[in-house]
Amino acid sequence: MINKNPQLNNNGVLQHLLTMEGLPAPVLRNILDTAESFVGVTERDVKKIPLLRGKSIFNLFFEPSTRTRTTFEIAAKRLSADVFNLNIAVSAQTKGETLLDTVDNLSAMNADMFVVRHAQSGAAHLIANHVQSDIHVINAGDGRHAHPTQALLDMFTIRRYKREFHNLRVAIVGDILHSRVARSQIHALTTLGVPEVRVIAPKTLLPSMVERLGVRVYNDMAKGLKDIDVLMMLRLQKERMQAANLPSSEEYFKHYGLTPEKLALARPDAIVMHPGPMNRGVEIDSVVADGKQSVILPQVTFGIAVRMAVMSILASNQV
Amino acid sequence: MKIHIKNGRLVDPKNGLDGVQDVFIAAGKIIAIGTPPDGFHANRVLDADSCVVCPGFVDLSVRLREPGFEYKATLESEMNAAVAGGVTSFACPPDTDPPLDEPGLVEMLKYRAKNLNQAHVYPIGALTQGLRGELLTEMTELNDAGCVVFGQPDGMLSNLRILMQAMRYASTFGFAVWLRPQEINLTNHGVAHDGEVATRLGLPAVPVCAETIALSNIILLAQETGVRVHICRVSSAEGIRMIRVAKQRGLPITCDVTINHMHLSDMDIGFFDSNCHMMPPLRSSSDREAIRSSLQDGTVDAICSDHAPVDEDAKLLPFGQAEMGATGVELLLPLTLKWGLEMQLPLIDVLAKITYQPAQILGVDAGHVSVGSAADLCVFDPEDYWQVTPAALLSQGKNTPFLGMELPSVVKYTLVNGHVVYDRYT
Repeated sequence: MINKNPQLNNNGVLQHLLTMEGLPAPVLRNILDTAESFVGVTERDVKKIPLLRGKSIFNLFFEPSTRTRTTFEIAAKRLSADVFNLNIAVSAQTKGETLLDTVDNLSAMNADMFVVRHAQSGAAHLIANHVQSDIHVINAGDGRHAHPTQALLDMFTIRRYKREFHNLRVAIVGDILHSRVARSQIHALTTLGVPEVRVIAPKTLLPSMVERLGVRVYNDMAKGLKDIDVLMMLRLQKERMQAANLPSSEEYFKHYGLTPEKLALARPDAIVMHPGPMNRGVEIDSVVADGKQSVILPQVTFGIAVRMAVMSILASNQV
Repeated sequence: MKIHIKNGRLVDPKNGLDGVQDVFIAAGKIIAIGTPPDGFHANRVLDADSCVVCPGFVDLSVRLREPGFEYKATLESEMNAAVAGGVTSFACPPDTDPPLDEPGLVEMLKYRAKNLNQAHVYPIGALTQGLRGELLTEMTELNDAGCVVFGQPDGMLSNLRILMQAMRYASTFGFAVWLRPQEINLTNHGVAHDGEVATRLGLPAVPVCAETIALSNIILLAQETGVRVHICRVSSAEGIRMIRVAKQRGLPITCDVTINHMHLSDMDIGFFDSNCHMMPPLRSSSDREAIRSSLQDGTVDAICSDHAPVDEDAKLLPFGQAEMGATGVELLLPLTLKWGLEMQLPLIDVLAKITYQPAQILGVDAGHVSVGSAADLCVFDPEDYWQVTPAALLSQGKNTPFLGMELPSVVKYTLVNGHVVYDRYT
């Protein structure tokens, strides 16, 4: 079978947003630039613009999520779209309906866009390959594979605080192995021209050959944080202790938790990011999370503008 | 029925034949090669001009999905597919539902297959009851019912003592044990080879050591028990190296690889192509190169299709949830020839991997063209090409990573016991 890039249509125009991998830098910059114009909207008294009026957007969440789903919902509503939230985890799939049957049924209700989260890597690709060409799919997180809007909002935040990408050293710290956020961040950072991306983790939380993604691997956080401009922390799931990836969250915090002392090893103007939800005292110390170098709450705010940008760009890219 | 196959290029690896010679068949057997016996009058003449005439192929793994999984495939559909691919003998793994662990089940399967009057079916008996790895099966009873070898297709037994006992018991009666090396705790929930592709796609990974650690146990237990062991579906360069060493030390070990692993690597998963979800996983391109060269140097004895028809719905799922396996019995010859063409090997050496060498592993008298032997033959045009499409496949399973590809060779006739069981022109 021929595996063409399923995100782009035959004219090379963005049709779906599934992963950061394989998207050209101008496509990413266009999303970030469009998001800039929406930041103003989100700060106005009347926060609605009619770009997506009459469009039906379905939030298809096969995995529980509050924050991501809410920010997608807010973004769609600010663009005046009609939003339908389906909590599939407790609905059709438990009655035996397959993923694609669910999608077909919703397509028959004249959906214009699906926002999909699923525990399996590749679920959004499967749906994008299946739907009619006038329906757009946004991946809101698939397994360990990708979380492209999170990476885009991270890039937006970095650009806001650091202006340029080409002179930065960025470190991603934590559970790279299981993280769709980390994979998308790595692709976005390298695509936008960040010369040095590091991953910092114990060997049990690093996937094989991760250096092939264009990153430098550090097991020692003290060495990895030297000269760093941007720190991107990752959430540590409690299951990692059960699967013998780690002995305890305390020992993890000792070596990889971001404390003020460790943060002092980075550049003095380094910014600290986290995709949320945070485990205070596991991957990040509260003093750092709430400190002056933290940009964690602005990330959330920018997430709405970035998701508005993605939705409006896809909706305007009709075939 | 007397049949005369004329003008074909007869290629028989076992007897070292390669030249234009006619074949004469009567009463289900080959009665002469080259010149007709006195007074021979054929009822039917098959013109094999510009075609290869060779032994029918022997496939070491064809899942018929009976009993238990008839919605995926039936005996009829898969037997038709086999002879359309020139396969005249094949082994079927015991992982049916219920598993092939009782003589009655095996007899029923043999009986139903025999009534279809097509390829010879050799069921692999379950090594343990219910394939649960706890209690031994009645191997001699199963052998009387038609099982020629015994296996445990879902990977290693978790209890090595039971495996050692099963090997000892099998060797008591001279039975071979077939095992696919897989340490299940290391496979865990993995669905793709532990390498760059799985890392990029975020797919749970299966490390090479899941194969090699199990293989090391199997080799050491084979040495301990003296049983004849066949290693099924080896997938890694390191695994092949270990088998090479074991063979050099004189252990009675053979091994096979699949048509998928000799042509594909994890790169072919592309954007989550669920047709590439198989176990063992498609490994790296260096593993694939090791498979291809060790077939040539003889470390790998046979090529099998690992035919596993899967119904379409079971593949229309995210990669990790999609059922593993691919249809393949109709691709055994084309993909074996493709390997031979790419490696620039003589046809006679290439065909050995799907004729007498797998027959010897299975322990059956098949896979050769000799006067007096059963007339199980395949006639194919080596110069012709066909495109793999769902419509072109007779198997009920249409799932294969090779969909859309053009492959060499078109089977014209397949004969089993002197009967034409496949004729492209009818």
